[in-house]
Amino acid sequence: MFQDRMGLLSDPNRRRALTNLLTRLNTPICVLCYLAGVAWFMGLAFEPFTLRTYMSENAMGSTMVEERFPAGERALVTAREFGAHKRKSGAMPVDWLVKTMQSRGLEVYTQSFSRRLPFPDENKERYMVRGTNVYGILRAPRAPRTEALVLSAPCSPDNSNNQAVGLLLGLAQYFRSQIYWAKDIIFLVNEHDLIGMQAWLEAYHHTNITGMDWAPLHGRGGSIQAALSLELSSDVVTSLDLVLEGLNGQLPNLDLANLFYTFCQKQDILCTIQEKLQRSDWDSVSGYSQAVQTMALMVLKQASGRPWGDHGLFLRYHIESATIRGINSFRQYKTDTTTVGRLLEGMFRKLNNLLERLHQSYFFYLLPSLSRFVSIGYYMPAFGFLAVILLLRALDLWVQLGALPSVTEDGVGVTDQSSSPSLVSILTPVVISHLTGAALYTLPVLSQELAVQHFPVSETEAVVLTAIAIYTAGLALPHNTHRFMLAEGTEQGWRVLKLVAVLYLAVLLSCTALINFSLGFILALTLVPVAAFVTPHVPKVLSAVVMVLLAPGCTLLYCVFAFQELQEAPVSLIDGWMLFLSVISQGMLDHALYGSLVYPLLALFIYPCWLILWNILFWK
Amino acid sequence: GWKRGSSFLPGIDVTDTKLSTSAFLLLHQARAERFFRSDHTNNWAVLVCTSRFWFNYRHVANTLSVYRSVKRLGIPDSHIVLMLADDMACNHRNPKPATVFSHKNMELNVYGDDVEVDYRGYEVTVENFLRVLTGRLPPSTPRSKRLLSDDHSNILIYLTGHGGNGFLKFQDSEEISNVELADAFEQMWQKRRYNELLFIIDTCQGASMYERFYSPNLMALASSQVGEDSLSHQPDLAIGVHLMDRYTFYLLEFLEDIHPASQANMNDLFKVCPKSQCVSTPGHRTDLFQRDPGSVLITDFFGSVRKVEITMETINLTPHTETALAYVDQLPVAQIIHQKPKQKDWHPPDGFILGLWTLILLVFFRTYGIKHLKHIF
Repeated sequence: MFQDRMGLLSDPNRRRALTNLLTRLNTPICVLCYLAGVAWFMGLAFEPFTLRTYMSENAMGSTMVEERFPAGERALVTAREFGAHKRKSGAMPVDWLVKTMQSRGLEVYTQSFSRRLPFPDENKERYMVRGTNVYGILRAPRAPRTEALVLSAPCSPDNSNNQAVGLLLGLAQYFRSQIYWAKDIIFLVNEHDLIGMQAWLEAYHHTNITGMDWAPLHGRGGSIQAALSLELSSDVVTSLDLVLEGLNGQLPNLDLANLFYTFCQKQDILCTIQEKLQRSDWDSVSGYSQAVQTMALMVLKQASGRPWGDHGLFLRYHIESATIRGINSFRQYKTDTTTVGRLLEGMFRKLNNLLERLHQSYFFYLLPSLSRFVSIGYYMPAFGFLAVILLLRALDLWVQLGALPSVTEDGVGVTDQSSSPSLVSILTPVVISHLTGAALYTLPVLSQELAVQHFPVSETEAVVLTAIAIYTAGLALPHNTHRFMLAEGTEQGWRVLKLVAVLYLAVLLSCTALINFSLGFILALTLVPVAAFVTPHVPKVLSAVVMVLLAPGCTLLYCVFAFQELQEAPVSLIDGWMLFLSVISQGMLDHALYGSLVYPLLALFIYPCWLILWNILFWK
Repeated sequence: GWKRGSSFLPGIDVTDTKLSTSAFLLLHQARAERFFRSDHTNNWAVLVCTSRFWFNYRHVANTLSVYRSVKRLGIPDSHIVLMLADDMACNHRNPKPATVFSHKNMELNVYGDDVEVDYRGYEVTVENFLRVLTGRLPPSTPRSKRLLSDDHSNILIYLTGHGGNGFLKFQDSEEISNVELADAFEQMWQKRRYNELLFIIDTCQGASMYERFYSPNLMALASSQVGEDSLSHQPDLAIGVHLMDRYTFYLLEFLEDIHPASQANMNDLFKVCPKSQCVSTPGHRTDLFQRDPGSVLITDFFGSVRKVEITMETINLTPHTETALAYVDQLPVAQIIHQKPKQKDWHPPDGFILGLWTLILLVFFRTYGIKHLKHIF
């Protein structure tokens, strides 16, 4: 009767029943949760589960503006002039740009910057970068200079993006003659795309995050409310593509995408996202797979943590920005520059009406198409299911750890071994894994000189191959760490280590998923099964192979292949491998140049976590 | 009461005339009676726009169009208190500065060139509005910001902005409730600050604002019933905003046809903007008003019409003994409090609540055993 009155959890009989249930059902529930997480993610793209996009900001309202931009042809003439001057001078034609902007009535300023990359960038073929940004400010005729909007176009070294600069200058001339601007408009032509943009933004906001060398800005508008980056390389376009993903997977406010979409519909321009057209047959297999592909591309782009357009760097300063890219493919219906100019005019007029920064709509979302979105409340459970697996495993280990001492007490004889593992035997793998991670983070760049002297490779290849070498060397660690261990590992030892590893991974993945859901989800997809099933008692060779195949490095390789497949440009194995190497080098460069956090996260935290699990597999 | 007598008509010459038949006398008597249709001697207007921000352009245009009509029909600026919460004419986003249009394609500029705004920008607050109505202003307030009405004043009060069920939003930061408004009008009545008052409101769910009135001689019109939204009208692409609200747009069209000698009465005003044009259902309230709405002229409130007739004949007027149009005493307190009984609909308990309680009870009895029920009962 006394036990009858005890609570559910403090009664040892009932507790034992609960824990038995937990232990028995643990693996089936884990498998179920994993399948549920994957199924939930796939179901996100199914149209009835998504919501139609709508304008949330009251001040922007409907597309109720009258666009009257007339000068598309003149913009193209300007573009051709710009191209000619660019070819002649070899770099950005600074003087010509300054003169042209001044003739259009803007306040023109230039900014020079220089930067030495940590190792040469083979994709863009640059190492010592020196350049100049040119920007002109259109002052609002009657408003105080407290707020600004930015329209930017990159100055590309080859013959691309001339039309973007031409259209920018044409719009500048047209905007100058209007009196309804309540914010300053800054027309920016940046050199060396992202590096120039980073220099400009750092100087504008008086910060110096990445150690770049730039001249301070002599002219400034107010605080920037929104920015649009334009990439236009042909006289006519067949569609406009919207690029949203920015640095570290940050996305602009969904209202900016909604604004673009509504104006595209008003001007009757074909608009795409991820360069994929929206289909109306959502209930057919091909329609659903198109939506899944679009969403998967967004997930992969967001997970890479790199800015996919010049707009990506604005987001760090809480400036909503997007890149509009003109695409000229084989379609019958073509849109001319005047219509694109009118679209931009309409968007800027609506942004002009803003009273506060865009904040009414979502900041965290996934887009299976431009008119449908999935908000954070709907996609987070997919990751939640995967995180629950880790927690269930941790609970199971805790129960096992609680059960073990009683087993050894009742067991054969009294053993001399202490039942609790020593702190050293737990800390050693953890510390060594993190040291390896730190080596993976710092050594490749630092040792490139050494590697170039001894091996016939270029600096970039040296860096990447050193990284891969350190990564692979980590696989040999368990055999070596045992030399440092004072005592033999016990049954309890690996359980405690696994508990620590599983909780550590859970915290890491959850924090990553909060900031960058895509990165957290992709890492969870491969790491959670590894963390769940690895024990010293599973068949060693098979599990070793599976673990290596599910390691962060291989996850990156799969992502590269998947990305190419989804973009309908599949690559062969050799090309894929070269692409993989360039992705690694780009990741390291992004971290050094713009402060992307994917490479440090993978090197310093995810990889050591995986190494700890690898250690558990080879526990003796 | 009000007096009738030959001394009240200075223009009339009490002399012997040729015609002294009773028919002639009756004719003049009828004319004189028609002359004294209402007991007001001056007109005031309080016109309030409560919203700010560029996308609320239409509320300023609403107020300015009523201002224009009222001024055209004769009420001078010294008798109009105009409160505009934001400056649309000089807003940076206005492509036509110094204008506020009420018709698209810029047909009618209601800002004009002699607008006198008394309360502007952040001065339009609930406190200032109520102080203007009740007259409790600090001594330093200039005359142009006061409502200097007396017990012979007919006051027109026009409110527009964003509202809801029982409240009107001021300046995006505060609100006035229908109870406050009714109490303010009662203060005005007790201080004899008005003869008759016409209250017009153009907001969403505007009818809720006049539900609580309890003072006599109030007539109220609203653009929509409780639960309905008042819709905007006149989208203009060049300016980029909606220019007017539907109800006030059609009200302006109606008022443009009124001239100072017009005999149109309140029944015509109630017909302005039927549901087919307004989408919402305009409402009105006349139970507190003593006169028949059919006998109330539009110009009694919207204009300042002073009728003077010169005649060569003498008219003997008999003192008016009936008290048909006498002031009525205030409604008793009990009637005021229980004027609108609150209906409490009984809802059956939600399924969720029921389920939750069942779960709690089940866990309780599962843990402690059924046999403990006997301790409870």
